[in-house]
Amino acid sequence: MELKKSTKVLFGIAAGIVLLFIYAPLAVVLINSVNGDATLAWPVRSVTFEWWGRAFHSAGLLSAALTSFGVAIVATIVSLILGTLCALALQRYDFFGKSAINMLVILPIALPGIVTGIALNNAFTTMVGIKLSMFTLIVAHVTFTIVTVYNNVFARLGQLGQHTEEASADLGAGVWTTFRLVTFPRIKSSLFAGALLAFALSFDEIVVTTFTAGQDITTLPIWIMNNMFRPHQAPVVSVVAVIMVVISLVPLWLSQRVTSDID
Amino acid sequence: MDAITITDVTKRFGSFLAIDNLNMSIREGEFFSMLGPSGSGKTTTLRLIAGFERTTSGTIELAGENVTDKAPFERDVNTVFQDYALFPHMSVVDNVAYGLKVHGVDHAERYDRAHKMLDLVQLDSKANNKPRELSGGQQQRVALARALVLEPKVLLLDEPLSALDMKLRQQMQVELKQLQRDLHITFVFVTHDQQEAMVMSDRIAVFNKGRVQQMGTPAEIYNHPANSFVASFVGTMNFIPETIVTANGFPAGSYTIRPERIVFVDADDNPDMVTAEGQVTDCIYLGTEYRILIKLTTRETFTVVRPVGETVPERGGEHQTRMA
Repeated sequence: MELKKSTKVLFGIAAGIVLLFIYAPLAVVLINSVNGDATLAWPVRSVTFEWWGRAFHSAGLLSAALTSFGVAIVATIVSLILGTLCALALQRYDFFGKSAINMLVILPIALPGIVTGIALNNAFTTMVGIKLSMFTLIVAHVTFTIVTVYNNVFARLGQLGQHTEEASADLGAGVWTTFRLVTFPRIKSSLFAGALLAFALSFDEIVVTTFTAGQDITTLPIWIMNNMFRPHQAPVVSVVAVIMVVISLVPLWLSQRVTSDID
Repeated sequence: MDAITITDVTKRFGSFLAIDNLNMSIREGEFFSMLGPSGSGKTTTLRLIAGFERTTSGTIELAGENVTDKAPFERDVNTVFQDYALFPHMSVVDNVAYGLKVHGVDHAERYDRAHKMLDLVQLDSKANNKPRELSGGQQQRVALARALVLEPKVLLLDEPLSALDMKLRQQMQVELKQLQRDLHITFVFVTHDQQEAMVMSDRIAVFNKGRVQQMGTPAEIYNHPANSFVASFVGTMNFIPETIVTANGFPAGSYTIRPERIVFVDADDNPDMVTAEGQVTDCIYLGTEYRILIKLTTRETFTVVRPVGETVPERGGEHQTRMA
């Protein structure tokens, strides 16, 4: 379709403004991470790498990053296992209440985090009667990270159809062998994509985390919230933000590479 | 002993009755076709034999052993699927070796046997290609090799030739038939193509609406169709109108005649034949024969097939048609 020249210019400007709104603040964060003034005064008068040095030596920051990383990894692994099992059950078998379960599995990703947080907090502390801890935090994260794996695998299984699995069974392979040799190699890319999303969701989650983590647990987002408005810590937060931007580019790049060469 | 015995089998999908009290036995070593229109229950029957579907009621025996409740991997049958269902992430030879691998055959032997089987279907040169790099006909042969490498007692084939073009299909029909004879394996072949079933089968079961309408040799089914469905589904059949039947002195009832059994005669000749009058509406030349459409004076259309070389009436001409 050919657009009029004036229309093109108009769309170009609109797109430019949108991109500017997204990326200008990121640029500000990057600049602030080397801002010589600790109160992040603007415009920048001097440049320093002091904040970068401090960030890498802050015990609180490093332990928070490690906690977030650990929570995200465990939540992702649990999501991979449960999400795949769930997708297989709902895509390959017929049973009563199938569509209701499909709905119930997906719902948590649409629920406001604050609702999930309060509900889980109540359930853990009153109904189940256990103290908030690392365990409760991970369980809480899995309620929504499972959805990304489930959705990806469910869609892929639907797209693949059942014939190769039937062929495998026909040739003498049991259920587990069929999964290992036929199904798994063909859903690998969706598992990977689902895992990346699950990891990302868990890593920067703050609302549900606030309600379900034990008092002594500080994830990276919580550390950032706590330090954002402390004197002299704002530039260090900027450093963390820059590092997180760089780190998030890796999965983005990986997921694009993986999804471009599915079987 | 029969290779497959199906006793009182019924299969429902929800409220849909796919198979209605089926009884059928397939003999060892025969080429058995299940023929019928789509939705007639022939593929469902095949899937019940393979174990992909479970019967709602009734039993299935393979070589005398009741397998009704066994999973597909516990049954000594192998299947060639309509869409081939090759494993896209494995090479051709890995596809063929797959069944041997899951049966625990060691590496050297399974690749040896897989290569031999690929050789048999003339595809060993493509052993290391991925299935998607092969043509439809070649993929079909891989699917065949993959199923046959396990030396099953029964091979199930679900419309395996339907995706191939006419020429290749005819060639594969002959090859499959030869292969079946050489290997002495029972073939159960599903098709909706009556000609294909006629060419290849020792016996045919004609399916419609979840029931077997007739079972017998191709000649039996063609020459003595059990009912009007079989008569019209297998080959072309002309249904003789009642007025012609009674005009020729026969008791009223339903009579049919194959197109090639009708001859053209002049009026007043051969009084011992059943005759009808009509007008030629179309005359199609098919290389070895003419297919002539005739509108009878009683308004029904008849198809007549006459060999090339015989004088055939021209379009628009008035002719008497006689039926022996």
